[in-house]
This record gives sequence, structure tokens and C-alpha cells, in this order.
Amino acid sequence: MTIDLFITCLNDAMFPRTGEATVKLLERLGHEVRFNEAQTCCGQMHFNSGYQEDALRLVRHFVETFRDAEVVVAPSGSCVGMVRDLYPRAAEWAGDEELLAEVNALAPRVFELSEFLVRHLGVEDVGAYYPHRVTYHQTCHAMRILRVGDAPLRLLRNVRGLKLAELPAVEQCCGFGGTFSVKNPETSTAMLADKVQSVLSTRAEACTAGDNSCLMHIGGGLSRLQAGTRTVHLAEILASTEAEVFA
Amino acid sequence: MSAGGIVPRQSFQEAARVTLANAQMRRNLGHATTTIREKRLRAVSELPNWEELRDEGAALKDHVLANLGDYLLDLEASVKRRGGQVHWARDAAEARGIIADIAASHGAREVIKVKSITTDEIELNAGLAERGIHAIETDLAELIVQLAEDRPSHILVPAIHRNRAEIRELFRRKLGAEGLTDEPKQLAEAARLYLREKFLTTKVAVSGANFAVAESGTVCIVESEGNGRMCLTMPEVLISVMGLEKVLPTWQDMAVFLRLLPRSSTAERMNPYTSFWSGVTPGDGPREFHLVLLDNGRTDVLADEVGRQTLRCIRCSACLNVCPVYERAGGHAYGSVYPGPIGAILTPQLLHLEDKNANTLPWASSLCGACYDACPVKINIPEVLLYLRGKITEEKPLSAEAIAFKTAAWVMSEPHRFEGAIKLARMGQGPLVRNGAIHALPGMLGGWTESRDLPPIAAQSFREWWRKRPAPEMRGTDGDAQTSEGEPIAPQREDGVPL
Repeated sequence: MTIDLFITCLNDAMFPRTGEATVKLLERLGHEVRFNEAQTCCGQMHFNSGYQEDALRLVRHFVETFRDAEVVVAPSGSCVGMVRDLYPRAAEWAGDEELLAEVNALAPRVFELSEFLVRHLGVEDVGAYYPHRVTYHQTCHAMRILRVGDAPLRLLRNVRGLKLAELPAVEQCCGFGGTFSVKNPETSTAMLADKVQSVLSTRAEACTAGDNSCLMHIGGGLSRLQAGTRTVHLAEILASTEAEVFA
Repeated sequence: MSAGGIVPRQSFQEAARVTLANAQMRRNLGHATTTIREKRLRAVSELPNWEELRDEGAALKDHVLANLGDYLLDLEASVKRRGGQVHWARDAAEARGIIADIAASHGAREVIKVKSITTDEIELNAGLAERGIHAIETDLAELIVQLAEDRPSHILVPAIHRNRAEIRELFRRKLGAEGLTDEPKQLAEAARLYLREKFLTTKVAVSGANFAVAESGTVCIVESEGNGRMCLTMPEVLISVMGLEKVLPTWQDMAVFLRLLPRSSTAERMNPYTSFWSGVTPGDGPREFHLVLLDNGRTDVLADEVGRQTLRCIRCSACLNVCPVYERAGGHAYGSVYPGPIGAILTPQLLHLEDKNANTLPWASSLCGACYDACPVKINIPEVLLYLRGKITEEKPLSAEAIAFKTAAWVMSEPHRFEGAIKLARMGQGPLVRNGAIHALPGMLGGWTESRDLPPIAAQSFREWWRKRPAPEMRGTDGDAQTSEGEPIAPQREDGVPL
């Protein structure tokens, strides 16, 4: 299958290895991977902060970029959630019928990586090797907007060498919430403190998730504590093999 | 006017700074919400058709809202037919005036109250006090809040932020209950002794309402302590206040909500006391019944197509109990009698998006979506939050933040501008990066680094890596030669520890 990657602005600028891992993984599974260089950002940050007109520019840009894609896959539940759940709202509220029709045609073909692998391709064992104790954080948008369910866990359980440690209060938000972490830093920090404590209680070497925004938040807290536990994107674990350690 | 009401005195951020520092409250709240969250999940999972029931509840409420005027007129006619009187209150002041006039016309010095969140919305106690009338709260938690001269912090459990030891102290001080332990039974008994005398001697009662049936003029409250039944039957005069949105067309509709409400709110299959009353009955119960229908901004919420779903709310408080923001910041941070996720959308709308403090509430959410999943009438709270953020932001086109977002949208709508910005940021971040992380950000973003580090912009962006990839036919099985860090891939961690 020919897969169009949506790498997301955060991954492009700050976590390129997640994108690289996604490419490796999908190619290893035998797919042709394309990266349309016209892509930028999904507009979630703007939309969620109340700048809906500005977000619309980015919605239109996304639609133009990926209009002809067979499927679009992104290593981010949050950005895919924006496309699938909120692009229709953005178009509706702007009263743009034409955009709404385009969005409705494109959005169902946009997938988060783990749901694409498990639900769409029917693959649960990607042949990965990662000999570490890992805990998995269920990110809110993947869980409640995309309903990816246990797709990431199914993938992780099939990673050779990996010991999966259950994260307490896994359904609780880490407190990132985009600009929420900047606009309400004290409340966000209180949420993060509990999440970090949960992560540390698992005695895992690494905390993984399908979204670098949440991991950036959790990792930022762990780093400030010099906790000795790191964060790693799910794609990087899945891309790792005995021959090539990615994460 | 007293504390309470729906007008916050501070922004959410300012108020939360204070409440977050209260360690006792954090513990009390964390314990209480965790317990009720788990109980609710169990109670809900017992019903195989819970999702259909939610859909039914949402559809019924939407039907009522679409025909609200008609059903309210039906309700008014039915109540009158049963010998009751109906009063329409445009706003809080009008409602306070109506109730105080009725109480004063009976020479009341005291009134007893039950189920009073709507009366808190209109600041009834203070309004009555101005006329020399003392209001006595009879819900145990409301009584605790009143005796402590505190404010409610939860829709259903107003004293959720207090623990038993605090309550024992309060009862000792205010009710003269000596030798009290902090056993729940003893605490309840102390309150019971005090309240029983009030039930038997007070002539006027004020109640809220959970529902009202248009076809029969019947008002309903759902409660756990039995104080409601006392308030509704013992006094000579009963005044019930309800928001316009609480009307239901028929008795049949009640069945849906009596299944949705207790499981969502107290995680019970059915609450202990459900009371219905219709007008007046000679020789039984109150001799006078007044129903006050309160607008106070509701018709404006109704007029808004996206915001309207807020009025489906049946005040079960399920959204509060699952909200991670509420759990940490507590109800007082929202500055309104309606805290939590529902308060974050209801309060600013009731105030017509004109109050600068209330307008910070739509940002008091990480958009995790737990509230939407828990809501028994499927109010899409995250959607309304975003919608309100948009409406409020439109009003501030020239703020520094707005300019930053506009610039960012301009940059990101063109890939070459976006790439240029990444390169610029990479160069500019130099002085901020220490040991591979950013520990302090300037300006608007400084809130982040108060407690968190930030990784820097990568040495090589994904798109730069992509461009440098050899063509497919040149690639071996292990793909490209270099990672984004510019290092050959080797089996070791970034910190050099072999994996």
C-alpha cells in the first residue's frame, strides 16, 4: 500500500526520530511510504486556543496537501484526533460547506499509527525487539476521540524482550493540553506530578505513548526530577529490532 | 451580596493558584473523586443499555429545548390548575425579590431550604438576609458549608473539600455538640437534632427542583437524606425555584432521567428519596405553593446553536468527578456555584461572555474528554469549550498572544516558511539549551518551564533527514546511513549507556 505520512510539526522540528522510526517500520512491513513536503501543521494548537480563523488556514492547507492520498498515517493520536473530530467542526463553524465536504471525504482516511497497524492492516506483531521494562501511557485523544482501545498494547505485547509494566490511573490526563500547560501552569503541573509519580511507581526504564506532545510533557517532568526514567515514542520501540536499536 | 453566585472574583488561573496550595483539600478531593469515579463505573456497567439510555436522555432534552416555550406554558397552566402559583423571573435579582416578598408576606424570620444550587446561583440567602430573614440549609453538606461560612465546591457534595475531623470541629463550635467523635453516624445525629427542630417550627420552605412535568404540573426532587421530604411536607408555604430548562413533557420522560441521574451522580441504582408534588392538597402538606421559573441568561444560551446543549445538564456532577482539572484545583477555583467542566461552559454563557473572569473558564481544561464520556445526556463539553474559546478570542484581535498565533498560522501555512522558522528557532535557542534541554523559557511560555524541561529543536528536522535519504534503489535493508542526530545508528542510548 502507498502510505502518505503526516509527521506533524512537533515531530518534524523536535522529535524527528519518531518520524524516522515510522518510515522504517512501515517500510519493513512492505509498504511504500511517501512524505509530501508541502505539509506543515494540523492547526490543533490554533483551534484549541481559540484562534479558529487562523486554524482554518491550516485546515485548508492540510486538505490541499493530502487530498489525493490513499491513506494518511501519523505518529500522533492528538493531531489525527484534530483532523477526524475537529476539522468538521472547524468547517461547520466557519460555514464553509465546500471545505466540510472535502474534510468529510478525507478525514476517514487519516489514521493514527497504532490503529492503522492493528485495525487497518491487521498486524499485531511487527517483529520488534526491545529488551526493556516499559510502561504505556494512554493518551487522551487516542483513547477518547480515536478510540484506539488496546491497539498499542497489542503491539507492545508482541515486542520481544519487552516487559510491560501496567501504569496506575492510566486513563488520567498528563496535564499537557497544549496551551493549557502554559495558560494554567500550576494546575497542569499538579496533574503532571501525579502522572510522574504513577510512571515512577512502575519502576519502568521508559514510558511510552503514541504522542510526543504528551511524552514531551511527562518527559519534561521526569527530566526536571532527574528521575532516570525516560520517554520514548511507541513508533521508536516498534521500529527497533535486534539488528537496529532505534529508541 | 454574599459570596457564591455565578460571578467569579478572579480568573481561574489566579483562583487555582490559591486552591492548589491547600494540601488538605487536595487530599480530601482526590480521595472522594477517586472513590465515586470507581463506584459510578460499576453502577453504569450494570445497565446493558446505558449508551442507548444516554442517547434517549440527550434526545429528550433536545426536544424539550427546541419546544421550551410551549412546555413552560403547559407547566404554568398545570400548576395553576392544581392550585399553585407561577412566577417568571428574568434574572437573579427578580427571583430573589419574588421569594423574599412571599416569605415576608407570611411574616417569616426563618426559612428552611433544600436542594439549593439554583438558590445559590441567585444568592438567595443574602437576599433574604437583607430583608431580615435567615435561611437554614437542611442538606447536610450545605449545612456544613453554611456553618463554616464557606462556599460549596461541588454540585452534589458541596462540602467535598472537607473531611470528618474538620466537620466535627465545626459542629462542636457552631452547634454546641460536645463530646462528638468523627464517626459519620455521630456527625449525622448532631445535624439531625439541630435540623429536626427547624423542620417542626419553620413556616416557609424553599426548594430547588430536579425536574417538572408539564402535563401534570408536578415538581420533583431527588435526594438522599430525607430532609427534602421534610421541607416539602411540613411547612405551610413552599416555594420551589427552577431553571427554565428543567421542564419535561410527560411522566413517561421521568423514567429515563430517574435511571440516568442516580447512577451518574451518587453511583446508586436509585436514590433513597424521590419526592413529587403537584400544587396544593387541602388538609395535606403546604397550604400555598409557588413555582419560580428562572431565566437568568438561559434563554440566551438556548438561542446559541452550539452552546444550547449545555442546557441538557441534569446537574448530576459526573463530569466533576472524572475531571482531572477539577480534582486538582477544586470547585472554588471556578468561582461560581457551577464548578468543574459543566461550570466552565455554563458560567460564562449565563454571563453572556461578558465577564472577564468567567471568560477564563473555557481554558480551565486540558481537553482530555473524560467529561464528555461521563455525561449522561452526552453534552459535548470539549466541543462547547472550544466554541466558547473561539467566541471569546474573537474579541481580542490585537493581544500579544493573538499576534503570535496569527504569525504562527502565516508561517505554518507555507512549508518553506515553516522550515525557515525551525532553522531560526534552532539558531536562536542556543543560549537556552543546557545539557541537552531547555530549563527556562522567556515570556508567555515561561509557565511551562516553571516545572518542566523542554527538549530543544532537533539538530536535523525530519524533512531534512528525508531529503538526505538515498533513493529507494540505493537503500539497503537497514535504510539510511544517518539518524537525525547526525550519528550513525549504534545500539546504545543517547546518554551512552549500552542498551
